[in-house]
Amino acid sequence: MDETSKNIPESDIKLPTGEKLVVSSSPHLSSPERTSKIMGRVLIALAFPAAAGIWYFGLRAAWVILLTTVFCVAAEAVWCKLAGKPVKATILDGSAAVTGVILALNLPPHVPFYVPLIGAVLAIWIGKQIFGGLGHNPFNPAVVARVGLLIALPAIMTTWPAPRGMGGTYPELKQFKTSVDAVTCATPLSIVGTLPKITGHDFYAESNFRKIDSPELIRKYFIGCKGGSIGETCIPAILLGAVLLVCFNLINWRVPICYAGTVAIITGVVNYFCPGVTPSPLFHLVTGGLMFAAVFMATDMVTCPITGTGCVIFAVGCGVLTSVIRIWGNYPEGVSFSILFMNALVPLIDRVSALRPFGHAPKKSGEAAK
Amino acid sequence: MNKSSRSVMTFKNGIHPVYHGKELSESAEIRTAPLLARYTVPLAQNAGKPPEVAVNAGDHVKKYQLIARASGFVSANLHSPVSGTIKGLIEVPGPMGVPAQAIEIIPDGLGEEEEPLPAMDWRTADPKALLERIAQCGLVGMGGASFPTHVKLSPPPDKKVDTLILNGAECEPFLTADHRLMLEDPESVLIGAAVMGRILGIGDRVFIGVEMNKIDAIHRLNEKAEEYGVKIIPLKVQYPQGSEKQLINAITGREVPAGGLPMDARCVVQNTGTAAAVTDAVLRGRPLVERVVTVTGSVVRTPGNWKLLIGTPVIEAVKLAGGVTEEPGKLILGGPMMGFAQKSFDVPVSKNTSGILLLPQDQAVNYRSGNCIRCGRCVQGCPMHLMPCAIAAAVESYRFDLAKKLHVMDCLECGACAYVCPAKRPLVQHNRRAKAEIRRQTAKK
Repeated sequence: MDETSKNIPESDIKLPTGEKLVVSSSPHLSSPERTSKIMGRVLIALAFPAAAGIWYFGLRAAWVILLTTVFCVAAEAVWCKLAGKPVKATILDGSAAVTGVILALNLPPHVPFYVPLIGAVLAIWIGKQIFGGLGHNPFNPAVVARVGLLIALPAIMTTWPAPRGMGGTYPELKQFKTSVDAVTCATPLSIVGTLPKITGHDFYAESNFRKIDSPELIRKYFIGCKGGSIGETCIPAILLGAVLLVCFNLINWRVPICYAGTVAIITGVVNYFCPGVTPSPLFHLVTGGLMFAAVFMATDMVTCPITGTGCVIFAVGCGVLTSVIRIWGNYPEGVSFSILFMNALVPLIDRVSALRPFGHAPKKSGEAAK
Repeated sequence: MNKSSRSVMTFKNGIHPVYHGKELSESAEIRTAPLLARYTVPLAQNAGKPPEVAVNAGDHVKKYQLIARASGFVSANLHSPVSGTIKGLIEVPGPMGVPAQAIEIIPDGLGEEEEPLPAMDWRTADPKALLERIAQCGLVGMGGASFPTHVKLSPPPDKKVDTLILNGAECEPFLTADHRLMLEDPESVLIGAAVMGRILGIGDRVFIGVEMNKIDAIHRLNEKAEEYGVKIIPLKVQYPQGSEKQLINAITGREVPAGGLPMDARCVVQNTGTAAAVTDAVLRGRPLVERVVTVTGSVVRTPGNWKLLIGTPVIEAVKLAGGVTEEPGKLILGGPMMGFAQKSFDVPVSKNTSGILLLPQDQAVNYRSGNCIRCGRCVQGCPMHLMPCAIAAAVESYRFDLAKKLHVMDCLECGACAYVCPAKRPLVQHNRRAKAEIRRQTAKK
């Protein structure tokens, strides 16, 4: 019956003194999850499109990615130093590096060094730190920088070198040779932007898009054989990254699915009834920055809604805006603008999509009566 | 029953703590402790009014003798855990961090016992008499809240109760006391459940919810469950499965309305330890003077489960477990998610002490909290479907009115949000502060 612990003689028992006891309120355990780990995993997922970009566009793309990341981290450090915030801790959370890589993957592969520099300052200072740093920015910093660059340096931001394996795909589109002797090409979307203007608006003329919207071309676009930003061309790499992000619970799967789905539905409907206005939905899914934005940019935790319903509203909104800009807008591409616009609506979306707390009546009227 | 077709029931949201810690003590049989030199029995061991002392310094008491009498309806009797001499009323470190009054008893080693109350045949006895017996024996909820059991078992006549749920979820990491009890003495648990079902006039809806990590206990309970008309419900391993509201939701699909009690969802929830104590009171006529306690933690030499007398100083319990391998950084009464950190090893075991947990110094750190990155893990984890990140933002800017609008008053303080937060933000702590502040402001008006 009466037994102390087996096999331990009384004299051997070491009793605690209680000197080191810390008193704090529960919970006394904490998950091993950290902000820096989350950012690290996002970087791993970003490595897939980055690697694909380097393969397609050469080491120059690697140089752009490296430069943009370093500039972003440096911009963060400079701001923190000037603002008297902890420099090391802020940089080690990894968010500046993530912003840097996302911004780099949104740049044309052969931009001169000052483009990443301006972009980094725009992203980190104007896009993020001016609002109070990580978590307080209403807009995705990388998108802010991309839009800023697109407006300020339109020529550089729309000069697309031809990727590996593009020999002769669009021979008629080789517009000029740059000083670095790179062959450039147009992106499929920019061609779409020009086509109706060339031939006039004929809503029912399918032939306009036949040159750029055939099954074998779509297959080529899908694997990445097209002009575009470093990270946006190779769809399989983006999808791999997406799988990783969803598995790590880093993004809400509703955002990419609803975003891409909405674009597919809208362009599909328009294409079905007026095939002369826009190419097929498949074309829209595999070209431009849609996939990359849907997976890596619209899903940014800080700037997208917190609840599942909110994410659906947000993503559908992004999809509608992107489709509208692509089909009827002046810009060939609309993902950045639509994400920024929807970012601005996030506080409102959060409000309308607030969860019903456990034990509360579904309607708000009951709450008011209390 | 829950509408979902899943075989293992659960509630929506919640978290899965990575480190369960149950393996330290889950296979250790319940052992009995030797007689100590001194016991300090805290007076206020029940929610509500503390009982009034019924003995004087120098009195000789027998084991099971009444030493403090319930001072009202919401109060519970207190009995002597040993035969010995009352030394007097002293001040001990209380489990809630404030000093508490305790009756100090020096055992005489004679082992004299009070005559047990007559055994009752629970199948035929008058429910009122059963309830009276439970009140007499000083039973309180042994899961943590220590609400007097007889109060919980007498719902007001306008509240119809049709379901009794025994909480065998034991969702807190590290704790294994209820697990061992269900495994080693399933009959006591089942009889207790049936007795309480009879008191409430419930025949067919008596359930015991057990998390799936205690599959052996589920099997043991199931062997006899039918005999006592009790149904064993396997539950998903998910924190906080053992929270009253979540347990009711998992098993019945009902939601306790905000600000309401389980009886508003026609349910009564009791702890499995309480059920075993009910059996002791009814069949053996013994009041509550001991309970199963898990003494555990990675710094404890031989973690295990002990049947400890109420009033055992925690230091003695640690001694039973072979002492420590290194100086602990935290002493917790209860589990790591909702238990209370102590500043002294002199705090005594009370009726609601389910565990004594010692954490190493490297786990007893206060993290520097970072910025919220709106990852939403707290929202995904909150069993009450609140938005802890938004509440925290409101509290940090002293907007308690906003926190109230965000339903902070519904917070269970289970700590799931603070556990999962990657920025280590003190989310549940903010909620506690907001709740206290709102209560203070309401009281002022």
